[in-house]
Amino acid sequence: MDLRYSDADEKFRHELRSWLEAEVPLHGAPPDRSDWDARRVYDSGWQGKLFEAGYAGVNWPAEYGGRGATLTEELVYYEEYARAKAPYVGMNFVGLRHGGPTLIAEGSELQKSEHLPRILRGEEIWCQGFSEPNAGSDLAALKTTAERDGDDYVINGHKIWTSFAQKADLCELLVRTDPAASKHRGISWVVMPMDLPGISIQPLDTIRGESDFAEMFLENVRVPCENLVGEENDGWRITNVTLRFERGSAWAQDIYELKEFLSDLSILARKITRHDATAWDDIGLRREAGHLAAEADALWAMMKWQLGEVARTGMPGLGGSALKLAFTELNQRVYEFGTRLMARASLSRNDLADLPNGRTVDTFLNTLSLTIAAGSSQVQRNIVSERILEMPREPR
Amino acid sequence: MEFQFSDDQMALQEGIRTFCEGRFPFDAIPELEKEPFNRGIQGELAEMGIFALRLPEEQGGLGLGMADAAIVFAELGRRVVPGPVIWGNVLAGLIDGVATGEVIVGGLDHTLGTSPGPAMVEHGSQLDALIVLRKDGIHRIEASALDGERVKDPLDPLTPILGVPSLPAGERIADADTASRVRLEATTLTSAFFLGIAESTQEYAVAYAKGREQFDRPIAGFQAIKHMAADMYVKQEVARAAVYAAGCSVDDPEIGDPIRAVASARVVAGEAAMHNSRKCVQIYGGMGFTWEMPPHYYLKRTWVLENAFGTGEDAAETVADHIRLV
Repeated sequence: MDLRYSDADEKFRHELRSWLEAEVPLHGAPPDRSDWDARRVYDSGWQGKLFEAGYAGVNWPAEYGGRGATLTEELVYYEEYARAKAPYVGMNFVGLRHGGPTLIAEGSELQKSEHLPRILRGEEIWCQGFSEPNAGSDLAALKTTAERDGDDYVINGHKIWTSFAQKADLCELLVRTDPAASKHRGISWVVMPMDLPGISIQPLDTIRGESDFAEMFLENVRVPCENLVGEENDGWRITNVTLRFERGSAWAQDIYELKEFLSDLSILARKITRHDATAWDDIGLRREAGHLAAEADALWAMMKWQLGEVARTGMPGLGGSALKLAFTELNQRVYEFGTRLMARASLSRNDLADLPNGRTVDTFLNTLSLTIAAGSSQVQRNIVSERILEMPREPR
Repeated sequence: MEFQFSDDQMALQEGIRTFCEGRFPFDAIPELEKEPFNRGIQGELAEMGIFALRLPEEQGGLGLGMADAAIVFAELGRRVVPGPVIWGNVLAGLIDGVATGEVIVGGLDHTLGTSPGPAMVEHGSQLDALIVLRKDGIHRIEASALDGERVKDPLDPLTPILGVPSLPAGERIADADTASRVRLEATTLTSAFFLGIAESTQEYAVAYAKGREQFDRPIAGFQAIKHMAADMYVKQEVARAAVYAAGCSVDDPEIGDPIRAVASARVVAGEAAMHNSRKCVQIYGGMGFTWEMPPHYYLKRTWVLENAFGTGEDAAETVADHIRLV
């Protein structure tokens, strides 16, 4: 066991830190969340800069335009990225963290060469068409159909929680290609261009009062069969490849950001006055901060432990479910703590008077989605208890 | 960086696990309760290298590091091995005869002050000397100078307590820096012991739930039980990463702040041990409330350790004090 970064890792850190220190301030603050066009320009522009500098797709193979970094360079990257408070991945989330990794694992050469460089340059925004009104935790119950007609699939159905649907170029879509097969067997994974006729988008207002996700209605949408990824009816296995990425190293950056946020809060608590003393003078508050920081430290160590496993086996293991469960719940507690620190300033969702009150309470609201999305905490507990602890399975 | 066990570390773990399972199986506990610890046990532990493992080879040790010691102490925790084992390990390099098991030392950590009531000396009747960590350094009190009374009903049946109303000052044998180092090392080993408790109670609870039937099915099939078990597993894995990261930080302080890493491990491992041993009692149901089942031994040892080298709340405060401010 050894946690020491190599000289090469430290050299990479030094270069990246210098670059971020110069570029992050130049890119400015993110636009208003309701201004979709400006958000796309901001998110894509930043991704383009990362690409030009050789920092896009840090863990993607070099042959597809990624950096092909070692696992330890990847960790250094997340640490420095979070320290520099560089822009959030934003609308590039699905492409960079789901669609791209799935194509790397399962796509054809043509699909890889067509999409991966464009995702890395921020030129191609993806959205996810997995959930349906009656297929949430029971995702395999999805009913959206795709019937072959000549060289096309004709797709009909109703998707929900599709983030960035309004601005996406492509959708990673799960469809039922064999209605006669058992529910896990008849599913396929296709790439659907979002400009096809028959797609209509109905934005949904989130708990944060913005339409970051949407319902998507598909009516006789003709998607070329060549957009199928992997084999027909093999979509459930392919989906699990994607979900494993989502449950593995995908949380690394978020965990390190949480550690940074706790540092920021402890600095802020020394300036906030309460009961004729600073908030930090309150031993109860300090101990709570200590508990939270200890857990964040532990999760960062757990991330390193799991990446050690990835290095050994080539795949994120089932432990990713444990990490997702622990991180998403800790994240809520940390932002709730931050919101309490803001006291009545948390009644505004806009930052006021140099306080991070607005973004803290707004992020707290956002953290509530993470124990639901990508397999709710309850689904993760089923996975941990059934696949790791080998307890009896739920009906499927 | 390679944050996984090496082949040598896997062999170390296997060796110590085989020893602990052979010497301290659950079936042996009723017999062990009569005399949980004595010179013979100390000798067997010394022979396994429990005390000498971090000493350099030229001093008769195994030349291993803190991360290796954490692996060993997690195994001791899995079987709630009795005795002042942590004190023996952290004092082996300071007091002659401890490494070989010939001299038995136990101790008290008074760095942050004293507890109410008499000083509660673990295994007090079996000690050759009592070591006290104080702010100004390490103090040694000969066993003959301890005027105390054995507690009739100690909380942990495997940890007899000598209540000493008035503790002699003793002789100062090391300075404040050494005391801080010993406390840091002892906290790391305490956290590792907690990890073993968290693992073992999770495994006992899951095994019991798979065998116990109600409503014509194993209770392991109910989500109420499965989700409790999943949380136990998560706590154990979070603690594992933190404990080994702490061990690595003590071995190589340049990789980060070892004081923070150890305090973080102490917080999460202590919470994991307490949470898991309590849930283990719960999942065993009525049987979990009996003396004859394993859960209570783990719960009680957790409480002994919770009050050994500062509490979890003290550790949380240490973490808070060490949050980076840039």
